[in-house]
Amino acid sequence: MRSRQPLQFYNEPLAGVDISDLQGKLIVIEGPDAVGRSTQIAHLRQWLEQEGHAVLDSGMARSALAGKGIQMAKEGNTLQPITMTLFYTTDFADRLENEIIPALRAGFVVLIDRYIYSIMARAIARGEDRRWIEQVAGFALVPHAIYYLRAEVEQLVSRVVIGRGAFDYWESGMDLRFGGDMYESFVRYQGRLIKALDSMVEPHGFTVIDATQPIDKIFRSLQRHISRLKLSNLGPRRAPRVKVPATP
Amino acid sequence: MSLFVPNRYRGKLIVVEGIDGSGKSTQISLLSHWLRSQGYAVAFSEWNSSPLVRQTTRRGKKKEMFTPTTFSLLHATDFADRLESYILPLLKAGAIVCADRYAYTAFARDVARGVGRRWVRNLYRFAIHPSLAFYFRVPLDVALGRILGGRDALKYYEAGMDLGLARDVEESFRIFQGRILDEYDAMAQEMGFHIIDATQSIEAQQIRMREIVMKEIGDNLKGTVLHVPATGEFVAQPSTSPVL
Repeated sequence: MRSRQPLQFYNEPLAGVDISDLQGKLIVIEGPDAVGRSTQIAHLRQWLEQEGHAVLDSGMARSALAGKGIQMAKEGNTLQPITMTLFYTTDFADRLENEIIPALRAGFVVLIDRYIYSIMARAIARGEDRRWIEQVAGFALVPHAIYYLRAEVEQLVSRVVIGRGAFDYWESGMDLRFGGDMYESFVRYQGRLIKALDSMVEPHGFTVIDATQPIDKIFRSLQRHISRLKLSNLGPRRAPRVKVPATP
Repeated sequence: MSLFVPNRYRGKLIVVEGIDGSGKSTQISLLSHWLRSQGYAVAFSEWNSSPLVRQTTRRGKKKEMFTPTTFSLLHATDFADRLESYILPLLKAGAIVCADRYAYTAFARDVARGVGRRWVRNLYRFAIHPSLAFYFRVPLDVALGRILGGRDALKYYEAGMDLGLARDVEESFRIFQGRILDEYDAMAQEMGFHIIDATQSIEAQQIRMREIVMKEIGDNLKGTVLHVPATGEFVAQPSTSPVL
């Protein structure tokens, strides 16, 4: 996958899309499970809307076409690795063509909770061919920015245990059959995901953000980065207007 | 870069391809019954039939939600599920798997829909290389005659109505199937298809198919493929091979 200018296709142009029509900004938040992406996206959305931007947020398995089907498939625990990769790619394509591109045409700021990089990382963590999935996902648009919320596995463990109280089957990579223990499986699987995401930092130009910091610090760091993208003609506004509770 | 993954298993994979109305389903059905009657373990897999994906496909078709890209990806998902959950374990076990349509269908159909040729070929790179691929070659008018005479309504995506080729569904079907036919013909040699003249009688085509099977994989059938001694009692049992 070659790195290109924002809002160009990586290597497979979608029929019927003229990229010169795309006006908005495409911002991606990446990171492993339980790293705090959705919290940050909620705050960013509020902030950006207060700044006068129209915001669309979109995340995995939320497409009109495949969202339900993926949920059902996951409940059955029968989802095999390549099938999973392709089901999520279908879901992504449906959101890209029917939500993301129309929003970009209309000049929205599009905030994405996990883009093709998470699909690719999951595939790589399951031993699938990196070049295969990179080409399959090649119809994606290059984002303006990719913020990678990075933490070590031990920190994810404490977030899961303290925050949710239980390990999730798929977040623990139980389909990889590392063993029956969900904690050990979580550690191995998330370790692989982090390694796969780390390997994309340079080729895909991720901006790495230390996700072990307090929530408000991470938010301010994201704000600083996003401000530099020159989102609007509204003029710069420095002080964050959104109250974000500091991590206790 | 090879197109597919080589088949390193005991079992054999036989696939049939061709446009709608070429008669390929009839032929693979006859072939699988014949192989089963010889005592071989035979399984059958049909295009677009994964239970995991079925509801999503149904939803997309009913609400006409597909773009060429999502249509292609969802069919690849369906294929992957059948391959990973059904075809691969059976090939490992030594069965003969008969597939009514395979990745070539996507190569022809998705490209006719405007999806990139190299992209869709890469998409199916995880597929197992078939032991035998039959292509039922038939002129467009003959196939159309069989289809249009035998069915009451042409379906939206089958007729390529999503492409806006023509307002009339029959005309759209004609143009779309013509494009698919061109794609099949263009890849036939590269893919090593065994071409069957599908204008011949059903019996003549079936004889030709069996000859090719015996010539190409006859030795494997006597050797590695899973089979039972052909006692009259066993062969007489009704086959209950699951059809996905």
